[in-house]
Amino acid sequence: MAMLEVKNLAISFGGLRAVSGFEITIEKGQLYGLIGPNGAGKTTAFNLLTGVYKPDEGSIVLDGVNITGKRTIDICKAGIARTFQNIRLFSDMSVLDNVKVGLHNSNEYSTFTGILRLPKYFKTEKAMNEEAMELLKVFGLEEFAAYNASNLPYGQQRKLEIARALATKPKLLLLDEPAAGMNPNETKELMDTIKFVRDHFDMTILLIEHDMKLVSGICEKLTVLNFGEVLCQGDTSEVLNNPEVIKAYLGE
Amino acid sequence: MSFLSYLANGISLGSVYALIALGYSMVYGIAKMLNFAHGDVIMIGGYVVFVGVSNMGVHPLLAILISMVVCTILGVTIERVAYKPLRGASPLAVLITAIGVSYLLQNIALLIFGSDTKAFTNVVTLPNLSLFDGKLVISSVTIVTIVVSIVIMIGLTLFVNKTKAGRAMTAVSEDKGAAQLMGINVNGTIALTFAIGSSLAAVAGVLLCSAYPSLTPYTGSMPGIKAFVAAVFGGIGSIPGAFIGGILLGVIENLSKAYISSQLSDAIVFSVLIIVLLVKPTGILGKNIQEKV
Amino acid sequence: MKKLRKETKNNLITYGIVILTYIIVQILVATGNMSSLMQGLLVPFCTYVIVAISLNLTVGVLGELSLGHAGFMCVGAFSSALFSLAVKDSFTVAPLRFLCAILIGALSAALIGFLVGIPVLRLRGDYLAIVTLAFGEIIKNIINAIYLGIDGNGIHISLKDAMSLGLSEDGRMLIKGAQGITGTPHDSNFTIGVVLVLVTLFIVLNFMDSRSGRAVMSIRDNRIAAESVGIDVTRYKLIAFTISAALAGVAGVLYAHNLSTLNAQPKNFGYNMSILILVFVVLGGIGSMRGSMIAAVLLTLLPEVLRFMADYRMLIYAIVLIVMMLFNWSPDAINMRKRLMAKIFPKKSQKEEA
Repeated sequence: MAMLEVKNLAISFGGLRAVSGFEITIEKGQLYGLIGPNGAGKTTAFNLLTGVYKPDEGSIVLDGVNITGKRTIDICKAGIARTFQNIRLFSDMSVLDNVKVGLHNSNEYSTFTGILRLPKYFKTEKAMNEEAMELLKVFGLEEFAAYNASNLPYGQQRKLEIARALATKPKLLLLDEPAAGMNPNETKELMDTIKFVRDHFDMTILLIEHDMKLVSGICEKLTVLNFGEVLCQGDTSEVLNNPEVIKAYLGE
Repeated sequence: MSFLSYLANGISLGSVYALIALGYSMVYGIAKMLNFAHGDVIMIGGYVVFVGVSNMGVHPLLAILISMVVCTILGVTIERVAYKPLRGASPLAVLITAIGVSYLLQNIALLIFGSDTKAFTNVVTLPNLSLFDGKLVISSVTIVTIVVSIVIMIGLTLFVNKTKAGRAMTAVSEDKGAAQLMGINVNGTIALTFAIGSSLAAVAGVLLCSAYPSLTPYTGSMPGIKAFVAAVFGGIGSIPGAFIGGILLGVIENLSKAYISSQLSDAIVFSVLIIVLLVKPTGILGKNIQEKV
Repeated sequence: MKKLRKETKNNLITYGIVILTYIIVQILVATGNMSSLMQGLLVPFCTYVIVAISLNLTVGVLGELSLGHAGFMCVGAFSSALFSLAVKDSFTVAPLRFLCAILIGALSAALIGFLVGIPVLRLRGDYLAIVTLAFGEIIKNIINAIYLGIDGNGIHISLKDAMSLGLSEDGRMLIKGAQGITGTPHDSNFTIGVVLVLVTLFIVLNFMDSRSGRAVMSIRDNRIAAESVGIDVTRYKLIAFTISAALAGVAGVLYAHNLSTLNAQPKNFGYNMSILILVFVVLGGIGSMRGSMIAAVLLTLLPEVLRFMADYRMLIYAIVLIVMMLFNWSPDAINMRKRLMAKIFPKKSQKEEA
């Protein structure tokens, strides 16, 4: 059974068909790329998958569970986590706390327990701290744990966003232009990190990216969106050599 | 008949709210700040006319003109001294500064004029309008207030839509940075907005005090808050919105005072505001802005 | 976990300041070095400190602007005063009675805060501010119109006048409309006030450093990201707002039991009061509980210190407020301060830059 199965997804904003007939099937453990020219509807597709927008039609099935039209937080609990094109960290909170917010739903104690500092508070907080530090170590961020998230350099902020998303223990990780604004060295490092995350956490990953080096370097399969519709999908090398795709990117 | 007279009084009070709300709304639209001191500019405007007419025997119309000039200068000075240095700072900081300015104006008035209530002489000396064989009498103040507000509203709409300076205001309220790049004098435009808002406040002050002839240093405070509510009601930043909001507020307030309870009229006014905002979170004529993900 | 220890240390300093202040005040009182005027201000200090901390929870931690906190204070004050007055003769153990009054005040304010919060927290920014202001005014307005009496047949309530209550002869008027409540037992004192300040600090500081507090702060920093990691935005906004309202209610209880006559006026429970509390929070530093405490005390003290200036004192107060805001927040002033600091302490600022 596929990890993510999307059928005929569509949404329009005031008459404009932003995404229509969007279909995608991602197998467990796959590293899948979603590409297309600017304004093709890639981020809108992400917003549909994560419940920021409710689709007008179509269905989204995650690991056998239908999550179509559910709220963002329920979709997160069902197992989809994401990062954002324009980084959205909790900027006035520490790096460690950013990850701990991601752990919110897997480590529970009540508001009362927190205020009254009952034993469960100390136990759970200790477990959360350890788990969060583990995640930070994976991304080489452990020495910045006490920093304010907004004080991290750009590349590290992108990594922290991925760490926070992973903290929610997702089945599917959505990365929205993870390499945007990175120099070639940082991008190379990021490619290794993404591969490592897939292998280490046994993760299924869907990413939007414009950097073709990154896409061809790590994605196994690709879907190309153009004007809100699927232009082509299949194995990476096939898709990138498809004349239709080249035309969409370069024009006639 | 009594209903019609309550309604007329409501529209008249509403017109005053509308004038104040216009100032609030324009300033909010352009500077994105709640100018809490706006109500106190009204009070100053009232005192200037009071001193002019009662103490110096100036002709009422001249006194109103002087009052408008004084309030305009006051408004622009406040903007220059207290708000301009805070451009770019947190909106909360500007809000608190505006509150400080409000305290300042109240206390200056308190020092100069004392805390006792001044009986304001009605500046409108026209005869009252008598309808249906005298069964319905509408005071001339009411009529003048309504007419003046409508004229100002229309004038302001034309100004904003048809003149270069007016369009500059719209541009600055949309995007300061872009407006600056297009060669618009942002500081000048903001100052102009404060000037217009404050001169409207002077007119509102005179009309308010003519209809409710008691003047204290705190006179402007509650009408100021209510006008602000009216601006939010109609959709803050919108000129016709502020006008509709003001009128509605005045009518609701007067009718609930007459028919439900005079003690609870404020509660009723505020409840209606809450209901409107819950149904339409940006007010009656407000634009809805969606956050981009 | 170096950072955690730093936070705990910071919190301990805050508690320490309160306790130290309490001890100093007690010494001053015992040695007769404190005027009776100042002694009369001690309980109001505690009231303002509590309500400022409570508002800072909404403004600094939740990140929403409330202009109706005086309304919650009002609910706490009236519900608890009503209770204390009703049971004054039958329940004579003052400390226990006051404890019950505090719980009643806090719970009533929490309930109203919860009910107000459900619709209000859907709105954003300035709209939320104006609606909270409206709610505060509604609460004040309704309380001003309530007549409540009690007799053998039970409790009678009217929004019109005393006559329409139809009390029997043995009945007692408890709330007399705009005249409010008279004869509330004088149960609060400085010691209780300080204890309540400490409890308030304990609740807010612990809340901030807990799972729920982090959820609330994540919503403040980025609502969309918070939703994306599974934070229930509505739920945590409501939790923070309700706690904040409850604490404002506690401040109201303290206020009510320090006066024999309680009535809702614009200056104690109107938007003017809400704004004054906001001034404490912003001047003390948004999100800093210690700052709110200090600002509340200093700004309450300032008009008293300026008393020798007679009529000019509120004028000076206003000017001080404006100047302080400009000095603290104006981008130009901040840059100038930085340059000055760099000149005076060249080494330290270099270190900060590196």
